[in-house]
Amino acid sequence: MKKILIIGATSSIAESVARLYAKQGDEIYLLARNQGRLDKIVNDLRVRGAADVHSAVFDVCDFDAHVSILDDVFDRLGEVDVVLLAHGTLPDQSLCENSAESALSEIKVNALSSVSLLTHLANKMEYVGKGTIAVITSVAGDRGRKSNYVYGAAKAMLSAFLEGMRHRLFSKGVVVLDIRPGFVDTPMTKDFAKGVLWAKPEKVAEGIVRAISTKKSVVYLPFFWAGIMGVVRNLPRFIFLRTSL
Amino acid sequence: MRLSGWGRYPYIDSHAEYPLCDGDVQKLVELAGEQSLIGRGLGRSYGDSALAHTTLHSLYLDHFRFFDKKIGLLRCSSGTTLASILELIIPEGWFLSVTPGTKFVTVGGAVASDVHGKNHHLDGCFSEFVESIKLATPNGVVECSRNQNASLFYATCGGMGLTGLILEVEIRLKRVPSSFIDATTIKTKNLEETVEILEENHSSTYSVAWIDCLTTGSGLGRSLVMLGEHTKEGGLVVGKKAKLSVPFDMPDFFLNGLTMQAFNSAYYHRMTKVRSHAIVHYEPYFYPLDGILNWNRLYGAGGFLQYQFVIPKEAGIEGLSAILSRLSASKKGSFLAVLKMFGTENCNHLSFPLGGYTLALDLKLSREVLSLLDELDEIVVAYGGRVYLAKDARMSKEVFRKSYPRWEKFSELRRQWGAHKHFNSTQSQRLGL
Ligand SMILES: Cc1cc2nc3c(=O)[nH]c(=O)nc-3n(C[C@H](O)[C@H](O)[C@H](O)COP(=O)(O)OP(=O)(O)OC[C@H]3O[C@@H](n4cnc5c(N)ncnc54)[C@H](O)[C@@H]3O)c2cc1C
Ligand SMILES: NC(=O)c1ccc[n+]([C@@H]2O[C@H](COP(=O)([O-])OP(=O)(O)OC[C@H]3O[C@@H](n4cnc5c(N)ncnc54)[C@H](OP(=O)(O)O)[C@@H]3O)[C@@H](O)[C@H]2O)c1
Repeated sequence: MKKILIIGATSSIAESVARLYAKQGDEIYLLARNQGRLDKIVNDLRVRGAADVHSAVFDVCDFDAHVSILDDVFDRLGEVDVVLLAHGTLPDQSLCENSAESALSEIKVNALSSVSLLTHLANKMEYVGKGTIAVITSVAGDRGRKSNYVYGAAKAMLSAFLEGMRHRLFSKGVVVLDIRPGFVDTPMTKDFAKGVLWAKPEKVAEGIVRAISTKKSVVYLPFFWAGIMGVVRNLPRFIFLRTSL
Repeated sequence: MRLSGWGRYPYIDSHAEYPLCDGDVQKLVELAGEQSLIGRGLGRSYGDSALAHTTLHSLYLDHFRFFDKKIGLLRCSSGTTLASILELIIPEGWFLSVTPGTKFVTVGGAVASDVHGKNHHLDGCFSEFVESIKLATPNGVVECSRNQNASLFYATCGGMGLTGLILEVEIRLKRVPSSFIDATTIKTKNLEETVEILEENHSSTYSVAWIDCLTTGSGLGRSLVMLGEHTKEGGLVVGKKAKLSVPFDMPDFFLNGLTMQAFNSAYYHRMTKVRSHAIVHYEPYFYPLDGILNWNRLYGAGGFLQYQFVIPKEAGIEGLSAILSRLSASKKGSFLAVLKMFGTENCNHLSFPLGGYTLALDLKLSREVLSLLDELDEIVVAYGGRVYLAKDARMSKEVFRKSYPRWEKFSELRRQWGAHKHFNSTQSQRLGL
């Protein structure tokens, strides 16, 4: 039985991941900001076979609560095998272009909150000397694009942060996983028209659980996004600037 | 977004909402104002029953509430699919008490259409095993069952989403010794023999007949009658996920009269013996088409209609022959034609089944087919039968009112709960509900 902590646990992708661990009979601790939805998920995971499920209401932007909430989690679970950070928001890009305040607030939810959480988590996991820290970033972090560079910048910051943390924890037995999904059909993207590139959260969740169990460092989900982003990253700038990406 | 039912006719522009919790539903109802709302599950109903100005998708309302493994009682949110319920309950030795011919439907959809399975003749509809429902009506969220808000319960089961959005459902499951079925297939020569074999095997848990409805004359109604019993053999194995998919619309000529005739004959002649036995997994037995995702695309971009009617037992062979002959003559044929025996009618206001025989067939959409079905409606109504709302995209208000005599009671109840102002589908508007 593994012990799993999920932050942003009401995320559709995170919930699909939790269901897979529940089915394996693992013990799960959920943090999210909506009590009602959290309660439903706790119940559901118990029915699906989780050994035990705990939860607490938590807003990732409440920085003052970070230390105490993580202390509670580790007190309860003891050694944690997997931590998954899944919270995130999709900014209104044009709003951010006209309001530095909005841009900063998006950076706060999508990057700074995780920087704080990961700093505490890294120390706790380093102490234990095993386990995996997995963070959902995005393919959007691979290159800033006019359609959503505030989001992209936050995710890129996280990816660089994770790269360094991985380097630091490598010799300490802690694996750091950077998960970069492409388009996923979730509440976050409900207003987008869906096409062939879109994946279901259940599918992405399978990829996440697989990447965690095989101790991967960086994973694109579904796999073909590695190729797509390879092309996007390597587009010569004079061409890139003329695209509508 | 452009939205249709499984038959891909009609399409309408609809605004899709995905409530994340019960509270969201209440807010959406308040926000909707005069615009019509309707619940939507997996869109496996064929016609326009899950279409409206705004569709409330139950996709994210998919949580198990509890599962009592000792007594086989399960409660879950309405968007939970039968597929995921099976995955949970099979390993514990339980099965769905009633299941339609696809596992890709939601519990909410199964209640709203009060679906039936191959065991209707003995066990009745899905609602027979529903203990309780949590429903969001415009007048508030209420729990309803046979003991509590009973009239709302009888209206909601089979009520096509027109009493409000179903939030949670509690169902009783069926104990099974394994996940396999002892299946017997009997080849019959004509309609009389088909009906006779179905009646002779009334005590068989599951029964259904696949009719070759393109054969005329003395072979009219020749069939493969399929019977089934749960068996002890094989253990408790959950099915595999569907692999095959039809990604594109098939060209129109794919399902013309000739190819269909070839299909139906091949199916029939594949059976060399009159009677054969096999132990089969529940997946191919109950869900033969689920292995091919999006098979509705086989009918091309133009869409298709499924016509399912029931006629009372008294009308029997005479009524079925009249309709089958009319169909054969039209050469408009069918990819699937399924004949089943129904047990007695329940007391829900709009549930479809009544004691007798039901036939379901697919027809590629065309103007001639639409007028053919109007003609068939007349015959069905004349024999005292009715047409299934979960499959319907075209029935007239007059035919509906004649064949669903409790519609007035249903309308009255809708008014009582404030549902008539908010919950309306393209279908309910057409039917004058
Ligand atoms: C291959 C195939 C085989 C089938 N076999 C059978 C069969 O053997 N027997 C049978 O009876 N039917 C059968 N059906 C029909 C199917 O079972 C019904 O149409 C069922 O209602 C579809 O469920 P859904 O979740 O897809 O609902 P949808 O098609 O999305 O909706 C159907 C109706 O339910 C309502 N509804 C859905 N969710 C809710 C909710 N949460 N609250 C309130 N109302 C709601 C909608 O408003 C609509 O009126 C079959 C369909 C297919 C495609
Ligand atoms: N969907 C995609 O296409 C896609 C693509 C690439 C990467 N991602 C990333 O995948 C992750 C999961 O997203 P998703 O697709 O599953 O969408 P989602 O279902 O909308 O999940 C996002 C989650 O973040 C939570 N959240 C937002 N702000 C928070 C805060 N201040 N405190 C606590 N929780 C907060 C939300 O909680 P509430 O429900 O309470 O608001 C929600 O549960 C995100 O990091 C997202 O950036 C998604």
